[in-house]
Amino acid sequence: MQPLSNIESLLYFSPEILLVIFAAAVVLLDLVVKDGESSAVAHLSLAGCICVFAAVLITHFSFGDEGPISLFLGMVRLDVFSSFFKVLLLLATAATILFSLRSDELDARLKGEYYALLLAITLGMFLMASSTNLLMIFISLETVSLTSYILAGFLTHSPRSSEAAFKYITYGAVASGTMLFGLSLLFGMTGTGDLGQISVRLTELLASGDITPLAVLIAITFILAGVGYKIASVPFHMWSPDVYEGAPIPITAFLSVASKSAGFALFIRFFYAGFGNAELMQAVDWTLMLAIVSALTMTVGNLAALPQQNVKRLLAYSSIAHGGYLLMGGVLLTSEGIGAILFYLVVYLFMNLGAFYVVVLIANEEGTEMIEGYRGLASRAPLVAWAMAIFLFSLTGIPPFAGFFGKWLLFAAVLEQGYYWLALVGLLNSVVSLYYYARIVKAMFLEDAGEETTQVSFSTGTFALLSVFVIPTILIGFLNIFYTFSNISASVIPMQ
Amino acid sequence: MLLSLMIFIPLLGMIAVLLLPRESEELIKRVTLLFTLIPLALAVALFISYDRSTAGTQYVVNVPWIQAFNIQYHIGIDGLSVTLLLLTALLGPICVIASWRNIEKGIKAYMALFLLLETGMLGFFVALDLFLFYVFFELTLLPMYFLIGIWGGPRREYAAIKFFLYTLFGSVLMLVAMIAVYLNSGAPGARTFDIPTLITLASTEGHALNNLNFQIWVFLGFFVGFAVKVPIFPFHTWLPDAHVEAPTAISVILAGILLKMGTYGLVRVNMAMFPQGLDFFCNGMGFWGNSLALLGFINIVYGSFCALAQTDFKKLVAYSSIGHMGFVILGLSARNDSGITGAILQMFNHGVISAMLFLLVGVLYDRAHHREINGFGGLGTKMPVYTGITTLAFMASLGLPGLSGFVGEALSLLGAYDKFKLLTILSTIGIVVGAAYFLWTLQRVFLGTLNPKYEDLPEINGREILTLVPLGILTIVLGVWPNFAIDMFRESVTSLIGVLQVN
Repeated sequence: MQPLSNIESLLYFSPEILLVIFAAAVVLLDLVVKDGESSAVAHLSLAGCICVFAAVLITHFSFGDEGPISLFLGMVRLDVFSSFFKVLLLLATAATILFSLRSDELDARLKGEYYALLLAITLGMFLMASSTNLLMIFISLETVSLTSYILAGFLTHSPRSSEAAFKYITYGAVASGTMLFGLSLLFGMTGTGDLGQISVRLTELLASGDITPLAVLIAITFILAGVGYKIASVPFHMWSPDVYEGAPIPITAFLSVASKSAGFALFIRFFYAGFGNAELMQAVDWTLMLAIVSALTMTVGNLAALPQQNVKRLLAYSSIAHGGYLLMGGVLLTSEGIGAILFYLVVYLFMNLGAFYVVVLIANEEGTEMIEGYRGLASRAPLVAWAMAIFLFSLTGIPPFAGFFGKWLLFAAVLEQGYYWLALVGLLNSVVSLYYYARIVKAMFLEDAGEETTQVSFSTGTFALLSVFVIPTILIGFLNIFYTFSNISASVIPMQ
Repeated sequence: MLLSLMIFIPLLGMIAVLLLPRESEELIKRVTLLFTLIPLALAVALFISYDRSTAGTQYVVNVPWIQAFNIQYHIGIDGLSVTLLLLTALLGPICVIASWRNIEKGIKAYMALFLLLETGMLGFFVALDLFLFYVFFELTLLPMYFLIGIWGGPRREYAAIKFFLYTLFGSVLMLVAMIAVYLNSGAPGARTFDIPTLITLASTEGHALNNLNFQIWVFLGFFVGFAVKVPIFPFHTWLPDAHVEAPTAISVILAGILLKMGTYGLVRVNMAMFPQGLDFFCNGMGFWGNSLALLGFINIVYGSFCALAQTDFKKLVAYSSIGHMGFVILGLSARNDSGITGAILQMFNHGVISAMLFLLVGVLYDRAHHREINGFGGLGTKMPVYTGITTLAFMASLGLPGLSGFVGEALSLLGAYDKFKLLTILSTIGIVVGAAYFLWTLQRVFLGTLNPKYEDLPEINGREILTLVPLGILTIVLGVWPNFAIDMFRESVTSLIGVLQVN
């Protein structure tokens, strides 16, 4: 099917348009409501998420049998893959809005901008998941980056938050610059920005000997810098612990889940659609590079997490490690591997957001993010403590929680391709990770709270929201439907 | 259906316990007891109705679970699993009764976790799908971590995390091996985790699984996973810590069931599925050909000498466990009828005897609040009933003919003597040392003059006797009538030996 023209595309672009409308409406509403009544703004954003969700479903099912549609003359693609990520990202955004509503950290007066920015960043991530043109890819990446710089620095009274934003922007600028250079190399070699065309042109050029594989490898490496920065893979991970520690907790949760998911969406689309054909992969050998990056990322993330005392920072490093596990699935770009990544992203969304939600709750109650604050939580708030334990063990990858099934899929995909060493590195990393996750569990269950043994009571709403994360973390692995994601990867391959 | 019911009734019990109010402690204990008695009743029913004349799996349930990977909920029992199932179901209520008075805090969480643990153990022994098998294997980790970590002794945090890390390390290697087996089991789409199918494939000429080099590597992967659990030297160091710190009932489960999970796994997976790999490690003249028997020998001798050196009663029993599990390894490595029969019998007997020993240590600790062997003396006059039961357990454990411990060890050694003469002869040192440390302990604790501190030590009470009597009866019955148990798995052993002969 031919790419749709700009006007025709608008109908299929309704989720993104709705996001823009709601972002604007949030800013306008913020002008009207009084200070301190910012929950109205949050509820409007939440309503926005629900409307966009409906729009995503409607546009998704409206293309029916005609298969994936290319919009805006081939700039953006609407396929199962992008719809999948849109749903995932909306879930993360909605959860972040709910966290922010319950978090005491944020300055009530600035909440209008805050929610508008959240919707804007979601827009950018939608585009990251669906762009098929180098130009759109770069624009969407920058939309997300610029918005996240502001959100990371949102705690205006906290020097740590400002430092986070500054660090983020410095690293971000370097990474996007490097990536832009790689994109221009690619454009220079092929004369086109379209991923599908690039794949075809590169194969021809390599076959005729007009360009060397090394040139392609260099371009890929530069582009990986930009993608690697978004998914916080080694050596572009340095920003993430400081940013995660300094940013407001809901934003940390959002960055660690949504930003990473969008980064992986871009990674998969770029490499699968652009470089995924067999001839190209034979000519340019970059799988080993990805395997090494993956192994380093999980090892560095896990080892750095070991001594952390601040739970937020600990989860930041753990999130780097999870980026490494996820990258394993992308090493050889098989449909099993991609299916495993998608599965793991879903699981990761629930377990990681759940863990961060507990961090929000404890920060509200105890005013601390340190492990000491979790001491004796099992006797003070047993349900919250058990929920946290479930999230942490799921992150470790222990059955029967969903994290185990996710890791199992990733390892199976890697072993399938004969990368035994990578699977072993990944599995030993899981053992290491148990140690630091168990430190939090230990504080909650094995240590006494000391003199203050007052019960902490949480509202019913809190428990309801918590169960939204706990139940999928327990159940996803047992449901057949979640194992069909490898089919989604087929929709990424561009039409010829 | 009966089997599924049996596995998941404790899980239902856990939910029931969680729904009860925290304050009604008596009710929680009674509900837990009820939900452990039902599996026991079912296990006894299975034990009686199990068809002893066939080696095939019985009570099979096989329904698809995760279709994309051909994973099935496939359960069933053969002679080996039904024996261990009975042991597990028997120790369940015994441990609940043993925990009746001495768990002071958080009885609700304790009982809930215990029931979850029981589901994991029961499920493990009946799983016939490798994936399901692994999930149940790991399912026992979490409750165990909490049970040791929350209700354990002074160094419980260290012991709990050490146990967890060691076992997880072993099981991730097992996971790699498991995935490797799956990937080599057929073309994409035709792969399987089904244990009986895999056993057939592994002995099919020309199949990818029927390859010596492949079998050696996956054998090693699974072996490390199970060796940590057994535990086999040098993966044993978690065991003394875990045992010493764990509360009595959890020590009983640890020694009685969890160690058996390791040896059961060795039989079910390593031996049956990789006969060529097994052949490499226990046949032939070279180092590798003797390696498995050597590990068994090291376990026996090393465990016994370590036990001899202990002054902590519980640590002594823990090390004696390492020694006794060595006989299982030695018997299995012989790969003949008497060796394997002896090993399986030893698994069951050790489960019963070590459970008794840990219960007895617990009884003493609850009264004296320490376990220093040299701190007692002359208890024989003060607590005659307790002394009598302890003597029975000691004699059973050190292998006195007429009691159950003797039969298993004798058969294991008999089988092993055929293949590994020198190692078998040397292994008998372990029996001598075993007699030494048990008799010496008997002397130090029960004979001699009574320590005046313990003038008022109360005699063992009815509840405690209740936990010990069924186990005591079993040691005597199995000592004089071992066929009572051997009949159950005779056919299964014959069929296993048939699989082992294929090369």
